[in-house]
Amino acid sequence: MTYRYLEHMADMGIESEGDSLCSAIEDGALAVLNLFFDLNTITEKSSITVRARAGSIEALFVEVLNELISLRDRDQMALKRLITTEFTEEEGSFSYRGEAYGEPFDMENHAVKSEVKAATYSGLRYEEVNGRHILRCLLDM
Amino acid sequence: MNTEFKKISDSLWELPRTGDMVVPARIYCDENMLKGLKRDRDEMKKGSFTPALDQVINVASLPGIVNASLAMADIHPGYGFPIGGVGAFDMDSGVISVAGVGFDINCGVRVLRTPLKREEVEGRKDLFADTLFRNVPAGVGSTGKLVLSVSEIDKLLTRGARYVIEKGYGLPEDLEYMEEGGAIGGADPGAVSLRAKERQARQVGTLGSGNHYLEVQYVEKIYDRDAALAFGIEKGDVMVAIHCGSRAMGHQIGTDYLKTLEEASRKYGIPILDRELVCAPIRSKEGREYLSAVNAAINCAFANREVITHLLRQSTKEVFGISPRDIELLYDVGHNTCKIEEHVVDGTLKSLLVHRKGSTRAFGPGRKEVPERYRKIGQPLLVGGSMGTASYILSGTELGMEESFGSAIHGAGRLLSRMKAKKLWRGKKIISDLGKEGISIRSRSMSGIAEEAPGAYKDIDAVVDIMARAGVNRKVARLKPLACIKG
Repeated sequence: MTYRYLEHMADMGIESEGDSLCSAIEDGALAVLNLFFDLNTITEKSSITVRARAGSIEALFVEVLNELISLRDRDQMALKRLITTEFTEEEGSFSYRGEAYGEPFDMENHAVKSEVKAATYSGLRYEEVNGRHILRCLLDM
Repeated sequence: MNTEFKKISDSLWELPRTGDMVVPARIYCDENMLKGLKRDRDEMKKGSFTPALDQVINVASLPGIVNASLAMADIHPGYGFPIGGVGAFDMDSGVISVAGVGFDINCGVRVLRTPLKREEVEGRKDLFADTLFRNVPAGVGSTGKLVLSVSEIDKLLTRGARYVIEKGYGLPEDLEYMEEGGAIGGADPGAVSLRAKERQARQVGTLGSGNHYLEVQYVEKIYDRDAALAFGIEKGDVMVAIHCGSRAMGHQIGTDYLKTLEEASRKYGIPILDRELVCAPIRSKEGREYLSAVNAAINCAFANREVITHLLRQSTKEVFGISPRDIELLYDVGHNTCKIEEHVVDGTLKSLLVHRKGSTRAFGPGRKEVPERYRKIGQPLLVGGSMGTASYILSGTELGMEESFGSAIHGAGRLLSRMKAKKLWRGKKIISDLGKEGISIRSRSMSGIAEEAPGAYKDIDAVVDIMARAGVNRKVARLKPLACIKG
């Protein structure tokens, strides 16, 4: 589990790292969810499926995060983590499926922090260094 | 490339056209603030994100931009455009960009007059704050009392504030005092995804989180008596400011069209200096669709602020026994928009698409868009503070029409990042300190309060003075907070 927040005057940068691309995406998702809630106040009782498709790894990262943010909001869930269930690459098209675990949001029991409006293309970057996959982007807060 | 900004006046600096720039870049700031922006650039160059100075220059390089890429005195780094950024584009050769509007479309501020004086509120301030906090949904996950179906959302997207007023949330006389009468034309619900509508269904009339707020304020000082008279405000008057936007509707439209416009940038071969600046020609299919969706979200934000106004009126009746009709809307103005407007360019009246990202519209005297009551003075514009700090009511000027496409600052602008703010302050301590100063704060998020600490923002007086000295906005009144409901 490796992610860190990056300084930005108005918004919030995130950088996640893993020994696989999927683990870096999962940790990026964790970085986002940790901005919404105190994750310790959430119990894993149900899940929602997050699907994304994009023409590059960078765009896929943004797409996964935005789909997570969007579904969480639509289904009014307090989510704790994202686990990859399927990842494929075919002729330059990347396809992702994951399960995000948590429970229906409850104002009394879940400690809220701030809302992440969306993941942006600003500062968006993917690199693989010595077998480590690093993803970075800026979130609109 | 030489990026040295030259002094035009004490409060306006310019980088002449150079390199890829189509027009010059101009920033309303003083020498100290410019030094700060340069320092930020040097620091940020080591990091991952684009500094504000470079963002103003990048916007100056977009196709079809007219006159100059502008930044107001509350400039700080955004994504793509700087916050405080203004870019006006030729309708035929210009582009439309998600980054020039932002994800919270038509986020804005409305200010309401109350018949109350400061002394009358002081004694019941905490009760008022508690009542507002109970009645106005705020913070992550909060939902509104008005739950709409997808077909009802479609009506709201085309009819804006009028739609919720017909449902009993708000008063018809409010419409005159909103930009575009509370419903901009050209909104197409068909350009908005089902997901955006599903997300918005329970969020009409919610404040949101982050820097959004509902603040009870009093008029501390009047600078311009004639303008204050026209705006109906006097020293000691209690006012209420509501700062929020189009909620999930805007966020989802931004998310959806970022992808659409990225593909469009490639399709139309538009040179992009920053990936976030993806855009489409205004008259292209993609550009037209995005503009229709933006217009829909603009209407959604007007409706949101109108429903919150209804909740405010209920709360005021509950605590002070005041009739809802006695709480009058001064004005409602957005600061994350792009709009087709008429401006004089090189002596000719032209239609332009004006992007304002964290910048308020500030039309001068005589413009037909300004309500008749204020037309001789200019449009009121409402500049928000941050909990402990002052807010301002300003007006647009003729010089602003010539120089800045009738634009203004939208707040003080951040000075410190959210991370630095959280390291420096604790939410509980801020609430207790502000309480000692006589300001009652209510919020569900202590980390959110720390991120929004008054000290995390620039000195609003200095920022307002720069714009006033430049002559593009005029000071009318300074307001101080009494109570603040933070999202």
